[in-house]
Amino acid sequence: MNVTRNVVGLLALSQQEELVDLPNHYPLSTSEDEGDSDGERKCQKLLEAVSSLGGRNSWKLAERSEASLIMSEFNVTSEGSGEKLVLSDLLEPAATLSSLATVKKQLLRVKSKTLDIPLGKKEADQILREAAFSKTSQMLSKWDPIVLQNRQAEQLVFPMEKELPAVAPLEHVFTGWKTRTPLEQEVFNVLHKNKQPVTDPLLTPVEKASLKAMSLEEAKIHRAELQRTRALQSYYEARARREKKIKSKKYHKFIKKGKAKKTLKEFEQLLKDCPSAALQELGKMEEARAKERMTLKHQGSGKWAKSKAIMARYDLEARKAIQEQLAKNKELTQKLQVIPENEEEEEECTGGGVIPTSDGVKDLQVNAAGLNPWMLKSCNSSAQRGEIKTDPEQLASGSSESEGDERPVAEELLLKERSFQQRVEPNSAKPVGSQETEDSSGQEVSEPGLLFQKLHKEDHQSEQQKGSSVGTVLQSQREELAPEESLVFQKLERAHVLEEQGELGKEGHYQKEGHPRPMLKEEWKERNPHSIPDSSRRKKKKEQMIDLQNLLTARSPVKSLALPTVEELEDEVEIHHKQIIKEAFAGDDVIREFLKEKSEAVEANKSKDLDLTLPGWGEWVGVGLNPSAKKRRRFLVKAPESFPRKDKNLPNVIINEKRNIHAAAHQVQAVPHPFTHHQQFERTIQNPIGYTWNTQRAFQKLTVPKVSTKLGHLIKPLKAENVGSCSSSRSDLSVLQSSRKQLSRKQLKQLKKSSAH
Amino acid sequence: MKVKMLSRNPDNYVRETKLDIQRVPRNYDPTLHPFEVPREYVRALNATKLERVFAKPFLASLDGHRDGVNCLAKHPKSLSTVLSGACDGEVKIWNLTKRKCVRTIQAHEGFVRGICTRFCGTSFFTVGDDKTVKQWRMDGPGCGEEEEPLHTILGKTVYTGIDHHWKDPAFATCGQQVDIWDEQRTNPICSMNWGFDSISSVKFNPIETYLLGSCASDRNIVLYDMRQATPLKKVILDMRTNTICWNPMEAFHFTAANEDYNLYTFDMRALDMPVMVHMDHVSAVLDVDYSPTGKEFVSASFDKSIRIFPVDKSRSREVYHTKRMQHVICVKWTSDSKYIMCGSDEMNIRLWKANASEKLGVLTSREKAANDYNQKLKEKFQYHPHVKRIARHRHLPKSIYSQIQEQRVMREARRRKEMNRRKHSKPGSVPIVSERKKHVVAVVK
Repeated sequence: MNVTRNVVGLLALSQQEELVDLPNHYPLSTSEDEGDSDGERKCQKLLEAVSSLGGRNSWKLAERSEASLIMSEFNVTSEGSGEKLVLSDLLEPAATLSSLATVKKQLLRVKSKTLDIPLGKKEADQILREAAFSKTSQMLSKWDPIVLQNRQAEQLVFPMEKELPAVAPLEHVFTGWKTRTPLEQEVFNVLHKNKQPVTDPLLTPVEKASLKAMSLEEAKIHRAELQRTRALQSYYEARARREKKIKSKKYHKFIKKGKAKKTLKEFEQLLKDCPSAALQELGKMEEARAKERMTLKHQGSGKWAKSKAIMARYDLEARKAIQEQLAKNKELTQKLQVIPENEEEEEECTGGGVIPTSDGVKDLQVNAAGLNPWMLKSCNSSAQRGEIKTDPEQLASGSSESEGDERPVAEELLLKERSFQQRVEPNSAKPVGSQETEDSSGQEVSEPGLLFQKLHKEDHQSEQQKGSSVGTVLQSQREELAPEESLVFQKLERAHVLEEQGELGKEGHYQKEGHPRPMLKEEWKERNPHSIPDSSRRKKKKEQMIDLQNLLTARSPVKSLALPTVEELEDEVEIHHKQIIKEAFAGDDVIREFLKEKSEAVEANKSKDLDLTLPGWGEWVGVGLNPSAKKRRRFLVKAPESFPRKDKNLPNVIINEKRNIHAAAHQVQAVPHPFTHHQQFERTIQNPIGYTWNTQRAFQKLTVPKVSTKLGHLIKPLKAENVGSCSSSRSDLSVLQSSRKQLSRKQLKQLKKSSAH
Repeated sequence: MKVKMLSRNPDNYVRETKLDIQRVPRNYDPTLHPFEVPREYVRALNATKLERVFAKPFLASLDGHRDGVNCLAKHPKSLSTVLSGACDGEVKIWNLTKRKCVRTIQAHEGFVRGICTRFCGTSFFTVGDDKTVKQWRMDGPGCGEEEEPLHTILGKTVYTGIDHHWKDPAFATCGQQVDIWDEQRTNPICSMNWGFDSISSVKFNPIETYLLGSCASDRNIVLYDMRQATPLKKVILDMRTNTICWNPMEAFHFTAANEDYNLYTFDMRALDMPVMVHMDHVSAVLDVDYSPTGKEFVSASFDKSIRIFPVDKSRSREVYHTKRMQHVICVKWTSDSKYIMCGSDEMNIRLWKANASEKLGVLTSREKAANDYNQKLKEKFQYHPHVKRIARHRHLPKSIYSQIQEQRVMREARRRKEMNRRKHSKPGSVPIVSERKKHVVAVVK
């Protein structure tokens, strides 16, 4: 063993590449390596072996007795004894040689270290395999994104690589061409005579040469011109920059005026010279005017104008300034008169001059247009909102306007109102609501918001049935509003209801006719004592109406009937049970909720009267006009008497009578696998994909097949060359052949290390 | 007097040619179409029914072999050429469009065990029971010449399978070990073995072409790396794997056809659990081949049927069988992904449509659009009970049908037993093992 260790240690020191071929898994023994020379020795060995069988010291070192040509390096021993072979022993013969002094020193410095026993074939192979596997799987992971992409692709089109049609270049075709007919020959002769090139730049050599040539002078002139233009441009730019930097307003005003004058002059000149160009110029001016008009510069919405508007009451100058601006605005907004075709139209134009005002221009316009619903619609959303809220208000302001002298005040009012609305809207009217809820009792307020929604819904229904005059109009207008606002409305409504009636929890049904907005307005009125008396009167009227309706409908019919019937049925034991349950659910009123649910279900299942009245047939329609009662009566289809409900006499049960067994056979019972929620699934089902409900383009997009193949085209597997650089540029075969040769021990060692980690 | 009248632009309602469809002005406002869903549902139902009505997948039977067909090969360049090897050592080359045998070669004595074409399509290789590998020219000999192989390699042992490299002039054979050969040499460049059992098939990866997979009769699947000349990993399954097939679109996925009636799709980087277990066959699965799109594969079974599985589904989408078709030994999906060929015991090669109800030939654009729409409708309403029932309905031969029932009972009994055992033992001592993990015995590094 000693010897083998030593030998391996030596090998490690010398690190010779020849040793690579050594089968290192193999336990080296002296006996095997040495015995190749003669039989005598073998005999001796055998003897030794036999003798060693008995004795304890079985290991005897072989010794070299005679010189031989073939000397194995593995049976070098230190002399005779069983001592360890030291490096210095080997160096002894070299001691005399002075030339090797440095080498000797180095060797002496080296600490002899024995190597580990090489691994067995099995382990070595396993290490190799593991390393190879990890490498390969790493390489393969580059395909992950591609695989994922292919799986998620909307459509995969095969074959993937485009086959380019083989188009032979023109020269090839040309050279293969042989003239057959005399005409062809003639054509060829002509072509060849002129040395007409066949391919792309179809220029003869002469033409090319002429193109290339350009005289020196010409080039110089050209260059000078270019330089000049560049210089001019830079001067101009510098000047413009300088002018732009001047801060003086006066200067700019002066310049602007000068420019305007100049253009006017030019225009007049043009008018004289050539009227067609002038007309064009006029068009341009019109455009500029329109732009100016669009900018809202003179509309009085600026900071300056606003401040002036406030000052106008006290300051004459400010008023003047405002009027000046208004005049300017009027001038701008007036349409330039184009000579009309008919005289009648002209009359109309002159008649219908629009009075320019400051901020409330649009509102006033709307008022001027009267109750035309089309005009109402055409207003933008903000204006519309304002309209809805201030419907009666605006009538008042319109009337005040007609009086004339109070106009600025009215405007101011409008302005204020606008700002107030803006304040209220974004904050979703929370402060107002909270204020009002303070008055009412706290307990009812704590009821869940869901209840309100339900109540709200019922309100809608009841209102629609009634078809009341004012409410429906407001309602319909309100419904047009954005969904975010519905929340605001709900809250307001809630507050309103709380204030008006003070008893919400008890009743399931109450008829509400009023609208939160008028309510709000009213409050505002109260805060502003100097409101117009006319409008406030109207307001009061309305409020009265609301009160009347409320009083009429405040009695809750269903609940009050339903509760006692239930109670009558109960025995004493049941009462006891109920008591227990009540105690258990002291906080949340389960029974009442259930009853409410049931009554809702009953209500929902009841067949409703059908109103088939069409407004506008045989009578006038519009805002505030409704079909006559007679007509409504005539076209109202009464709901048929329905069968009594199955759960009529079962107070604790709700039986759903809507379920249709025949339809159920066609319906999906559970949410299918890829979907997580039934709404997801329903949405996919509800989106139609057919051409009947989609445009042609959408239909094509929706029905794109997942995989499309071409008839008669081969589909090749994916190509590794297209992906990543690490894939093989060399062929696998050559790699294999080269790798077979160089599997060195070094690599093995590395592999072992890597596997050990 | 000025007369006012309506005028319309004829471009809006007159079609350009009489071949165009009449323009139908439509209002797509959904409120005007309250019955969208029911109407589409009816359409989907009709489409599903029609699909079943038109499902006639069988196209042709190529007969001419005098013994069972043992192996099939596709031509890499020509769609209409197919090669087949029989159990009597005969190799036939078929023309699919004419449905005729073009050429017959007596290639080996005994079985033709494997056949593969060279990537360029000029020649093909066969291995047989007579311990030889032979290379043949694809086009036949001239007039008067004798049919002779280009090269013949005499081996020491029987080769049971062969596959050609996808790019290089190299091929791999299997038998006692996996050998990789250079076409020019008569000795293998390298031979890799791991374990001592006979290897039944070897397949090159079509994308990462240096990878090979093989399956041996000691129930294992071994992966090799040809460049590093070493096996990579071995997975041992419950029963023997007959053959494997690599996914041509996903480099690391392959599917193994197993004796235990199932197919297993593996990710080669994680062999300890198959990605999907495909179960529907009622007897040993003998062969498997991927569609060139990589979305589906077809499997041939000893139960006299072939089935088509989507890669990501555990149940088959389609089953093909005929009265006369016996144990199906080999199956191939053609390179245009339209057809399937299978060779069976009773000496015939059968040609099937990959989509049973597909209309063959060139379709007009309107036909194509209608087809696409119907497909989408079926997909959309596939969960509705009636649609599902009709789409799933297949006629099966009595033997398969009864076997399915029988196996269902067996599976149920096994499940119940396990459940009972779990119920009556200490909690956690009988763990729930997923179906995918159940069949893998071990992974050897």
